Amino acid sequence: MSPLLEVSHVCYSYHTLSGETQALCDITFSVDEGEFLAIVGPSGCGKSTLLSLLSGLIEPEQGSVHIGRLPVSGHRAGIGYMLQKDHLFEWRTVYKNVILGLEIQKRLTKENLEHVEEMLKDYGLAAFKDSRPSELSGGMRQRAALIRTLALNPSLLLLDEPFSALDYQTRLNVCNDVCGIIKRENKTAILVTHDLSEAVSMADRILILSRRPAGIVKILPVHFKEKGLTPMERRQAPEFKDYFNEIWKELNAHG
Amino acid sequence: MDEITARQARFLKDHRRHHHLVTALRFLIFFLFLAAWEISTRVHLIDAFIFSSPSRILETVFTMGRDGSIFRHTGITLYETLVSFLLVILVSFLMATVLWFSSTASEVLEPCLVILNSLPKSALAPLLIVWLGANPGTIIVAGMSVAVFGSIISMYTAFRETDEEKIKLIRTLGGNRMHILCCVVFPSSIPSILSILKVNIGLCLVGVIIGEFLAAREGLGYLIIYASQIFKMNYLITSLIILCIIAFLLYQIIQKLEHYIRKARKI
Ligand SMILES: Nc1ncnc2c1ncn2[C@@H]1O[C@H](COP(=O)(O)OP(=O)(O)O)[C@@H](O)[C@H]1O
Ligand SMILES: [Mg+2]
Repeated sequence: MSPLLEVSHVCYSYHTLSGETQALCDITFSVDEGEFLAIVGPSGCGKSTLLSLLSGLIEPEQGSVHIGRLPVSGHRAGIGYMLQKDHLFEWRTVYKNVILGLEIQKRLTKENLEHVEEMLKDYGLAAFKDSRPSELSGGMRQRAALIRTLALNPSLLLLDEPFSALDYQTRLNVCNDVCGIIKRENKTAILVTHDLSEAVSMADRILILSRRPAGIVKILPVHFKEKGLTPMERRQAPEFKDYFNEIWKELNAHG
Repeated sequence: MDEITARQARFLKDHRRHHHLVTALRFLIFFLFLAAWEISTRVHLIDAFIFSSPSRILETVFTMGRDGSIFRHTGITLYETLVSFLLVILVSFLMATVLWFSSTASEVLEPCLVILNSLPKSALAPLLIVWLGANPGTIIVAGMSVAVFGSIISMYTAFRETDEEKIKLIRTLGGNRMHILCCVVFPSSIPSILSILKVNIGLCLVGVIIGEFLAAREGLGYLIIYASQIFKMNYLITSLIILCIIAFLLYQIIQKLEHYIRKARKI
């Protein structure tokens, strides 16, 4: 079976009048269907740029990005992208926010709306359908943003530091929730984070980036002896500390 | 929270009392002023022919009300102001949208807008009258000329200040420029648009009065100029007072509208 996502020899630089910023340099990796890949690296190294490239928002200067053997160019319906902040619009109700993507893509079909209703119910937001986003807690807002992304039924989910705006306790819980949702909806996901413990607790593989211009330092497979652990349970597992230390060492050597 | 504590109750009571005090003082000062004005003209401290007096103004209002001229002049000015205001909003909304769509257009046009906006607007009115003739249409254009350039600039700036990340969100959901405009740029600009409305209603009134000074047979601006030329100070001051009331009411209407929209959209 060929991988779902193939990135080969991708380079990208930002050009401004004050100069050129080389953000990514010769990035090559692939992601299989159903896999959870975490990308860690020092802040400002080009992680968000990489996700923008994967989603087709920007085009690589060199190299190529293929999803299911087709090159990514322009926006592709098969990709869901969750940004750092939830960006729920205060002038819309929670429900209207969640169906925003479907509205834009003119896909307000009965099945899609039923799927949304189901997710709202399953993930504890049904009672807040007609509320304004400001009435939701931080964790609920993040879940709403995830449902907005999942409503489009993407085959690949990109998450750009989705928990960094939350306080620590909420963050652990939401991390657990979101991981559960992704597993249940059976999605392939790429999570960008600068929190190493978050990466170890969620991912099947971890891609470590060096300082800007970012190159791949190492791709580290994560295996826990016990299968199907939640992020919270992984944090208690004996292997957790070893993975954490290994990534820490790699980052310090190259970051 | 139906129950309020004794301290909260006292706070509310004090607040109300203060509010009443301010209102009472306002009325007091107003009536003292009127009384002082009236008395000083009666005892010939100041000349009622030049400074007029509250009783003469009241009399003027009654005479003008009986022959209907007060309503005609006020109505004309109000009509011209509202039409030019609506046109200003429409034109600046359309122009700001065009500028937002084309950054090249906005770069090319920016110097023109800045120059036209920094020009003292009353300087344009004589030109407009020569070009367009002395008719109500010209007065409306004069009203617009005072407000429209600044309004385009502020509205375009409001559009430009939309959060880049929110725009990125629409793009990640597969939206094009039109979606970005309708789903993010317009809704998030509403607070700025409301304050632009508040500024412009006043500016349009200024423009209309300037236009009426120069070329009109009707309207409060015409009445002011006419009264000053034939030294009918009662008419002049009455017109000024009506103008004050109009300006205040127009502003209040926009304020109410803003309040209503903010409440409806919870912003
Ligand atoms: N639009 C832009 N124009 C110029 N430089 C940019 C732009 N966006 C990001 N950069 C630069 O590119 C580098 C990588 O940015 P980013 O991908 O956002 O990093 P990360 O998400 O890893 O923190 C940073 O040094 C940043 O300054
Ligand atoms: Mg980033």
